[in-house]
Amino acid sequence: MKFVDEYRDPTAAQALVAQITALAGDDHFKFMEVCGGHTHTIYRHGIEHVLPANVELVHGPGCPVCVIPMGRVDDAISVAREPDVIFTSFGDMMRVPGSQGNLLRAKAEGADIRFVYSPLDALKIAMDNPEREVVFFAVGFETTAPSTALTLLQAKTKGVSNFTVFSNHVTIVPPLRAILESPDLRLNGFLGPGHVSTVVGQRPYRFVPSEYGLPLVTAGFEPLDILHAISMLLTQIREGRCEIENQYSRVVREEGNPRALAILAEVFELRPHFEWRGLGFISQSGLKLRPEFAAFDAELRYQTPGVRVADPKACQCGEVLKGVIKPWECKVFGTACTPETPIGTCMVSSEGACAAYYNFGRMHREAAVTLGRRRQLTA
Amino acid sequence: MCLGIPGQLKEISDVNEHLARVDVSGVTRIINIGLLEDENLQSGDWVLIHVGFAMSKIDEEEAALALASLQLMGQAYEEELGAFWSSKISSDTGGS
Repeated sequence: MKFVDEYRDPTAAQALVAQITALAGDDHFKFMEVCGGHTHTIYRHGIEHVLPANVELVHGPGCPVCVIPMGRVDDAISVAREPDVIFTSFGDMMRVPGSQGNLLRAKAEGADIRFVYSPLDALKIAMDNPEREVVFFAVGFETTAPSTALTLLQAKTKGVSNFTVFSNHVTIVPPLRAILESPDLRLNGFLGPGHVSTVVGQRPYRFVPSEYGLPLVTAGFEPLDILHAISMLLTQIREGRCEIENQYSRVVREEGNPRALAILAEVFELRPHFEWRGLGFISQSGLKLRPEFAAFDAELRYQTPGVRVADPKACQCGEVLKGVIKPWECKVFGTACTPETPIGTCMVSSEGACAAYYNFGRMHREAAVTLGRRRQLTA
Repeated sequence: MCLGIPGQLKEISDVNEHLARVDVSGVTRIINIGLLEDENLQSGDWVLIHVGFAMSKIDEEEAALALASLQLMGQAYEEELGAFWSSKISSDTGGS
């Protein structure tokens, strides 16, 4: 219970843990948290230590940096190396490895790559540098895609002709479905993503209970939110219910943000398929610019290699992203692959499961057992 | 990039461009509030900011909760805040 003392309201946290323990009884439960922000909270606050051993959390594919495949990073670097291009990117993407190094290395080798906080910063750079071509490397789920969409609407209104977007935006529902179809994983329910849901609302998740018979509870980002959502999932199961519930109603509305959804639909359309790191090609999961915005589409303006690159053999990000293995079970975790020299994407972003686990390295009981076994074997 | 930062609206600085001045941990910057056009935002309102855009309106209590848990995140939050402060969405940097 050591970690509980650090929570905002230790008494409430202890009550929730007691409730979870009682509800779980002697059965084993496995819940997936979809969102990288939740993964961060879980490791940062040692929530896995606080929960009873028979209530297990597995980490899902909700870190947008982690799911970008190597081939797309190679494409980004090739655009960044075009003469006259100023290539702009969120800081998180700079160290994501492609097959020939990352954006930071390309920058060191002379490409004009600048990190921006917002797509609007990229648009501003374009307007300030009319003689250059500015490309924005757009990544993210429905949390950031409306921002890119609104920026593109502005660019169009203002007639900015030297600004394009390399879209790698993805949507949350298709990977959930892919995971539910995967035979490797036996889940009892989901902690639904918080920020994505402020945009998409609760309706898109209805297929989880109706088609797969599993509950989903959208959760906030505080440790107490996570514990509360877990107790809500267990309560549903014990009461024989299977529904979508909203623990994060302080922020998330049933209908989401209709304006953001309308702007998304105005600017983007679904690609027939998009490659996800570790999950392979998932149909209708990626967003590309509509034909009306073709003039702003970096994929139409620049030749990119567009080659599919397999992950390094040693890298097990795919299994981590599907929740099949825990970060420390990967063969290169913490040895060849660290946040300083990442092999896989999960070690790059602070929301990646591996980086979160590495940085907050509070030893998990299973990790301790595994390492203990290894030591016995090598002794 | 996925972190939502709570900020308090000081004033709407450009109605046509949907720009507003917000205070985040004592520093003022310009953000875009176009995605919350239907919310009729007023100065004093709290919003969660993602990549320079207000994404949802929240109440003061939620803002305090969100800020407290972000501060516990340490480095990840500092990096996000640093990026936010470096943002120059409008030539009007919002002062300090």
